[in-house]
Amino acid sequence: MANFTPISAAIGGVLIGLSAVLLMLLTGRIAGISGIFSGLLNLRGEDKGWRIAFIAGLILAPIIAGGIGHGMAPPKLPANWVIITAAGLLVGFGTRLGGGCTSGHGICGIGRLSMRSIAATIVFMTTAVITVAITHHVLGG
Amino acid sequence: MWIIAPLLCGLIFGAGLLISGMVQPTKVLGFLDILGAWDPSLAVVMAAALAVSVPGFMLAKQRSRPWLAKQYFWPSKSEIDLPLLTGAALFGVGWGLVGLCPGPALESLATLSPGVIVFALAMAAGMAVHEVWQKSRLTAQRSKLIANATDG
Repeated sequence: MANFTPISAAIGGVLIGLSAVLLMLLTGRIAGISGIFSGLLNLRGEDKGWRIAFIAGLILAPIIAGGIGHGMAPPKLPANWVIITAAGLLVGFGTRLGGGCTSGHGICGIGRLSMRSIAATIVFMTTAVITVAITHHVLGG
Repeated sequence: MWIIAPLLCGLIFGAGLLISGMVQPTKVLGFLDILGAWDPSLAVVMAAALAVSVPGFMLAKQRSRPWLAKQYFWPSKSEIDLPLLTGAALFGVGWGLVGLCPGPALESLATLSPGVIVFALAMAAGMAVHEVWQKSRLTAQRSKLIANATDG
């Protein structure tokens, strides 16, 4: 467990929980990123302003952090474009079919003590762990 | 200006992902890789977030309406059904393949990393495919209903 960073994890987690609670208390919306983002993809005009504002804030965070000397390193991704594309398609389709992602089910749903979200979180954690076990240890990637 | 509220919430959410390190796929994969050098940090992030969101949502439920909007948009579904489980399973496979879920993926667009841009476009395409598929299923159901109705 050499990479374990409990203090920064706890501080970051509190901020994520605070964001979800504030969004609900102020605007009545669930801070589920896949739901917020997918609501921008249809052609209907209504209900887009708060979604754009939230995602703009999300993208501005590392830019502001960079401005005060804590720049974000570009994420390390597999070199294979087919894997990146397949992963993106699965995340997009899966979160819509399942009605949420790590934030919508994992933080907000479990935060509301929803059995549906608890079940979803157990399932996506399990298939993610199996996927990593196969790609990192069976295939040796 | 009410639009400041969701902007601020997005900023706080992004700061949380940055500080916790969860914006980095390597950190997330360190948690998912239980057979390797396991890093429990993601579990601490979730526990800390829930320690705030559980009482916070209880507080919200006691209030009749949000401060800046007319009503709460609480999710209405409660049953555990096949689409929920299938969708979650597919999402988990995609998440495990590269270590990106929607929040960190969108936030990482700030780095203009080509890989993240491709991932985000593929994610949007996956969502669009789902939307089109749902619509065609609804249309098929409706025309079936109409066809049955004429028989009676």
